[in-house]
Amino acid sequence: MGSYLVRRFLLMALTLFGMSILIFVMLRLVPGDIADILVDAAGIADPKEKAKIAKELGLDRPIIEQYGQWIGGLTRGDLGFAYVSERPAIEEIAPRIPISAKLTLMALFFSVILGVPFGVISAVRQNTTLDYFLRVLSLSGLSLPSFWLGLLVLMASVHWFGTIPIYTNEPRGFLQEVGLLAIPAAVVGFRSSALIMRLTRSSMLEVMRQDYIRTARSKGASNTSVNYDHALRNALLPVVTIIGIEAAFLVGGLIVTETVFNIPGVARFLVEAIRWRDYPIVQNLVMLIAFVVVTVNFLVDMAYMVLDPRIKYAD
Amino acid sequence: MRSRVAFAAGTLAAFMLAAPVFAQKQGGTLKISHRDNPPSASIHEEATISVVQPFMAVFNNLVMFDPTEKTNSPDKIVPDLAESWSYNPDQTKLTFKLRSGVKWHDGKPFSANDVKCTWDALIGKVDEKSDLIRKNPRKIWYSNLKDITVGSDTEVTFVLGRPQPSFLSMLAAGYSPVYACHANGRDMRSKPIGTGPFKVVDFKRNEAVKLVRNPDYWKKGRPYLDAIDWKIVPNRSTRTLGFVAGEFDMTFDSDVTFPMLKDVKAQKPDAVCEARPTNVNTNILINRDAPPFDKPELRRALVLAIDQKPFNDILFEGQALMSAVMLPPPYGLWGMPKEVLETLPGFGSDVAKNRAEARQIMEKLGYTKDKPLKIKVATRNIAIYRDPAVILIDQLKSIYIDAELDPIDTTVWYNKIQRKDYSVGMNLTGGGVDDPDTAFYENFHSASDRNYTAYKNPEIDALIDKQSAELDRDKRKKIVWEIEKKLAEDGARPVINHNVANTCWTPQMKGLVLQHNGIYNGWRFEDVWLDR
Repeated sequence: MGSYLVRRFLLMALTLFGMSILIFVMLRLVPGDIADILVDAAGIADPKEKAKIAKELGLDRPIIEQYGQWIGGLTRGDLGFAYVSERPAIEEIAPRIPISAKLTLMALFFSVILGVPFGVISAVRQNTTLDYFLRVLSLSGLSLPSFWLGLLVLMASVHWFGTIPIYTNEPRGFLQEVGLLAIPAAVVGFRSSALIMRLTRSSMLEVMRQDYIRTARSKGASNTSVNYDHALRNALLPVVTIIGIEAAFLVGGLIVTETVFNIPGVARFLVEAIRWRDYPIVQNLVMLIAFVVVTVNFLVDMAYMVLDPRIKYAD
Repeated sequence: MRSRVAFAAGTLAAFMLAAPVFAQKQGGTLKISHRDNPPSASIHEEATISVVQPFMAVFNNLVMFDPTEKTNSPDKIVPDLAESWSYNPDQTKLTFKLRSGVKWHDGKPFSANDVKCTWDALIGKVDEKSDLIRKNPRKIWYSNLKDITVGSDTEVTFVLGRPQPSFLSMLAAGYSPVYACHANGRDMRSKPIGTGPFKVVDFKRNEAVKLVRNPDYWKKGRPYLDAIDWKIVPNRSTRTLGFVAGEFDMTFDSDVTFPMLKDVKAQKPDAVCEARPTNVNTNILINRDAPPFDKPELRRALVLAIDQKPFNDILFEGQALMSAVMLPPPYGLWGMPKEVLETLPGFGSDVAKNRAEARQIMEKLGYTKDKPLKIKVATRNIAIYRDPAVILIDQLKSIYIDAELDPIDTTVWYNKIQRKDYSVGMNLTGGGVDDPDTAFYENFHSASDRNYTAYKNPEIDALIDKQSAELDRDKRKKIVWEIEKKLAEDGARPVINHNVANTCWTPQMKGLVLQHNGIYNGWRFEDVWLDR
């Protein structure tokens, strides 16, 4: 187990290193840089002013040197300066992380709390009206785009309650924050919950046809015990994998939701930074996301051991 | 008895006259939605309303267009940091007497040196290391400014190369604030200091621009508001719903299109909405330096194919204005009246006749319905650019031009145009001041950085200089119209229309006067108050 963990950590480090090169190179392959955009935003076409900005930001230096400077800074905890705001990148990124993290966790919580029980109910009550209803609900979750659903929620709120649940002021206190993030989290988590529900249902149906379930029933185990102690635990393995993947995908969903609900989180900021070719912001944020994804994958692998004692990671 | 009645009547009259003064209420926070992230807070370095509207209230100019008037006019320029001004007899030296006792937001005193410092930076009279102004989109405005001399702490003189009647108007524009000499460029771009009625508390990208009342503002009793909160809401639907729900007191400037206006009025019937030109015109860029449009007759055919009405009907519900480069009357001071405009190529009302002539030209050049000219219409990949480009493509079919849309990433748009890597482009052009000097020098003078198409016509350059130096306004107008005619005949950026849009606010917001020929002016907010 110990050497397995060491191997995993080394692999994680190697993956992140590969990611850093990929991000760095891909960003520079996109046409236009910050100097182009700053000059373009001012509606001018003066090559001298552009060259001056590029020099000031170090964009005229060899690409290897730029990469070395970034990675060197990263190891020292120095994320560099944001090109657009001209403030330390850490000051720009840090306050936004908790907002998006809370939103992601709430969305994930929402999708699990809805997806798993509904999936189980749907499987247990297969081919009943309730099953059909839940399947239609999950299908709608997969087919409704988040931005459309978000706008619909906002319109309905303005029409019926005369208020709009958008993030215009920093929430005061935990309850206000939960209230403010709950609706966007539900909107972004709806799609994931649908996916989790469908997967839980099919996984449950498969497990419930296994011999050991029949054996448990024949031994007189109650329905609840069979469904939840025997079937669900075994059916959860693929669901956990999907939850792990969805946690990463939720960041993509957040871009739209943060825009519609005007939440000043990381996802919207990342899109804006890409638009401005604000390399220090994009590079560091993508690395952060990569780190989160790699870590979640690792945790999912560890969770397998807890869920299925037969799984052992050999040294 | 009579004296008592007279006294009572006098008191009542005095009270009634004074009533409006007492009516303004002090306090409150004005909440406005902002459409995007301002690229920076440095007005001198940017060319967008996204910067001017939130940050003009931080600064003062030397002079400004009368904020109580809807029309910006050289006759209605009022003092700001300058108490008075005068020209020397040959109109080449403009001397300002400045207010004393004015302080920057950091408490340091304002002086004539700050004025010199600002305009020295704008004309490039600074050392290489200075970063007070690192981009200068309006360099051409000050091409006639030779020097700035300081007489005393309260006196400064602008030395011009020749008389230029528009110079004072340019100083009165929202784009001409006075910067602090002791500030550095980075601060001016992120958290600037000024002498204006509001101080910047915070400028957080993707979130907000927060301004608070400057208690030491030199204009006593102003501003009325305690604070202004600009909330950055990039999604237009969310912004509009926010205004309807009362989350914002005002929409971003010109943010409400005519189709949206109906929704806003239906959902918020008490909203005060005002339509006005946006100072932006939709125009066509034609690459005259490369085939096929290096042929003047082909350029003429393209101009003759344009029918402005469908653009106006589809994109503006018929509310846009038809004009050449200058904004038309009654909004604009320099545009041509309709009867003169219709004599210009592409502006005649008989579209069928124009297109028949265009087809004849095309046939002479060897193009027919079966053998059309194939081109691409390049434009920025943004809806407001793409939509008119699509209409243009449809219209070009009528003269045997088979065009294809070429959407260009907005970040490389100017690069592409500058490289002349296009044949026809759809473009939008904004104007800082309703004056021929800014419009013509910026867009058509061969020395301008903003003449993207690199249009070079020595005759036009000479005429631009001539009108710029002409002191008699009627004579100047004639030269302006002559330039308009020549530009239209030459197919230099044919203008399709001047855009019009709406700005809305709540009835509780008082004291705002929208400037109808200058969206970049009038955003000081010092006279705005909330009736709550």
